[in-house]
Amino acid sequence: MIADGRIKSRFLEVESEFSAISSVAGAVAAGSRAFTATCSQGLALMHEVLFAIAGMRLPVVMVVTNRALSSPINIWNDCQDSISERDSGWIQLYVETVQEAVDTIIQAYKIAEDNRVLLPVMVCMDGFILTHTVEPVELPDDVEVKKFLPKYKPNHAFLDPTRPMTLGPFTYPEPYFKLRKELSLAIDNSKIIISEVNEEFGEMFKRKYGNGLIEEYKNDKKIAIVSMGSVCGTIKCVVDSRKDTGLVRIRCYRPLPKEDLIEALKGKEIVIVLDKNISLGLGSGSVFSEVRDVLYSLKDRPKVVGCVAGLGGTDIKSKDINRLIDESKKMKDGEVVWLI
Amino acid sequence: MNDDLISPGHRTCAGCGSILAARHMLKATGRDVIICESTGCLEVTSTQYPLTSWKVPWIHVLFENAVSVAVGVKAALWAQGNEHTQVIAFGGDGGIVDIGFGAVSGALERNDDIMIITYDNEAYANTGIQRSGATPFGASTGTSPHGKVSIGKKVWKKNVPMIAVAHGAGYVASASIAYPKDLQDKIKKAMSIKGTRYIHIHTPCPVGWGFDSSKTIEIARLAVQTGMWILFEIEDGKFKKMFRPTELMPVENYLRMQKRFEHLKEEEIKIIQDHINQTWKELDNLEKSGVNLRTIL
Repeated sequence: MIADGRIKSRFLEVESEFSAISSVAGAVAAGSRAFTATCSQGLALMHEVLFAIAGMRLPVVMVVTNRALSSPINIWNDCQDSISERDSGWIQLYVETVQEAVDTIIQAYKIAEDNRVLLPVMVCMDGFILTHTVEPVELPDDVEVKKFLPKYKPNHAFLDPTRPMTLGPFTYPEPYFKLRKELSLAIDNSKIIISEVNEEFGEMFKRKYGNGLIEEYKNDKKIAIVSMGSVCGTIKCVVDSRKDTGLVRIRCYRPLPKEDLIEALKGKEIVIVLDKNISLGLGSGSVFSEVRDVLYSLKDRPKVVGCVAGLGGTDIKSKDINRLIDESKKMKDGEVVWLI
Repeated sequence: MNDDLISPGHRTCAGCGSILAARHMLKATGRDVIICESTGCLEVTSTQYPLTSWKVPWIHVLFENAVSVAVGVKAALWAQGNEHTQVIAFGGDGGIVDIGFGAVSGALERNDDIMIITYDNEAYANTGIQRSGATPFGASTGTSPHGKVSIGKKVWKKNVPMIAVAHGAGYVASASIAYPKDLQDKIKKAMSIKGTRYIHIHTPCPVGWGFDSSKTIEIARLAVQTGMWILFEIEDGKFKKMFRPTELMPVENYLRMQKRFEHLKEEEIKIIQDHINQTWKELDNLEKSGVNLRTIL
């Protein structure tokens, strides 16, 4: 598009993912919009910069096309790459469809640049399953997008010779601690804005995704499956064919919408958490342990069981989900199974 | 004359050569500049939150990405229609010569329109003096200690200016804080040229090198007078020596003033002297030959 002159933008042909995200940080710090995408090893290479970008409160937007991490080397889908960056201070939105990816990238800039937020946003979409498949997509109209997301005018800290500022200074323990606490509060508070932007997008483009944080699908049953990303499409098909199970899709994993999850899962008999990642040494996926933690304060908390599935692109079929639901009735609270 | 754009009150060690490099750099650039700095001595001493010594826009992200950040800043200025502001990636030898070198090479290869300036104190000084690629042969550091079977660093200093030319850089120069006029002239000239420009400044470190903090300029000058640090300019591929005494002073004069070279025996000093003599002669030949270093490599 740039080579054909269809958009007036500069494409930086950098030598590594580390430099890609560093250049994006520089561009955003200088007051412009920038974009990059990566996955897997590329995201791991960016690790150090991700933390710095969040700490510097730079409203960067990046797509992560989720893929497995080495070793052994594998190019296919799971969420280990972005889940491993969950503590970096980036907002993480996981999408279910290609349409949602398109829509969420537009939303992501509005969220990131909101003065109440000023945080980077990672739009996570499953590699191959969403990135290498053909799916009809309605591209929002340019004029409408510009109305929704007007020209970027930074009014916070940025590099400008007429208004010199020092960005990224050295801090002693106490101010460091204070700034980290502020960062933690900022990402917690972004939940409201994420929901607002989802609503506003829905009004303008007639598409929205749950309440922006979670999406409930036929969640009025005894059993609820909790998961993220494209596998939720498969789970929805299974839910359609059963009378006992509904779905709670986590769209926003960071910040974790604790209150929404409690509301959606209280009173359930069984909560099944399906993870496409494994926290090595914990024996379960990260979403499982966090959902279980969130539900711990409930008086009559449901039985929570976990399932590690789809690592390295292993297919997750409807019959696997059906079997998992049937087995969950016999599983002990806290038990984790591997779908392999 | 510009105002001083580095405020006093920074926390560099007494006699720090690197802060002088920053001061002279800004005297040359004036206010219309954005500095992208790598983690290092100057970063931690000049921007202690909530204070700063920088009267120009300044950003630090990490140790090894000052150049990549500068590339992004430049792209943003382009998007904003700003063609005038100079973007400088500024880092120590650790940040530019070693850990951040991949990004330096990347920018040079693409000929990104930024200036890269190294302040070279010849070690990872901020973390307590460990050897870097820019540490000279024979120097004793925390990670290249001298001992019964070691003379300190066993290999020669990495020659980044020549590596920059090998990428086809339009302007490459070395400079010293002992020659501020030459240093500022080189930065001013670099500002008038498009593409990636590389300037390498020699900045003695009293703590790391082991000399009295009153001797910084003297040491920097001796480095040039002995040929241990050669002032040159490579404009459009043509090499030119900027300082040519009728005769070089013996390198021993320079080495004997510093604790890091204290252990060197006569024959080891001779190795260094021979190396300097050879380099000096080869560079004369290079200059006379008129060879265009941008195109032969």
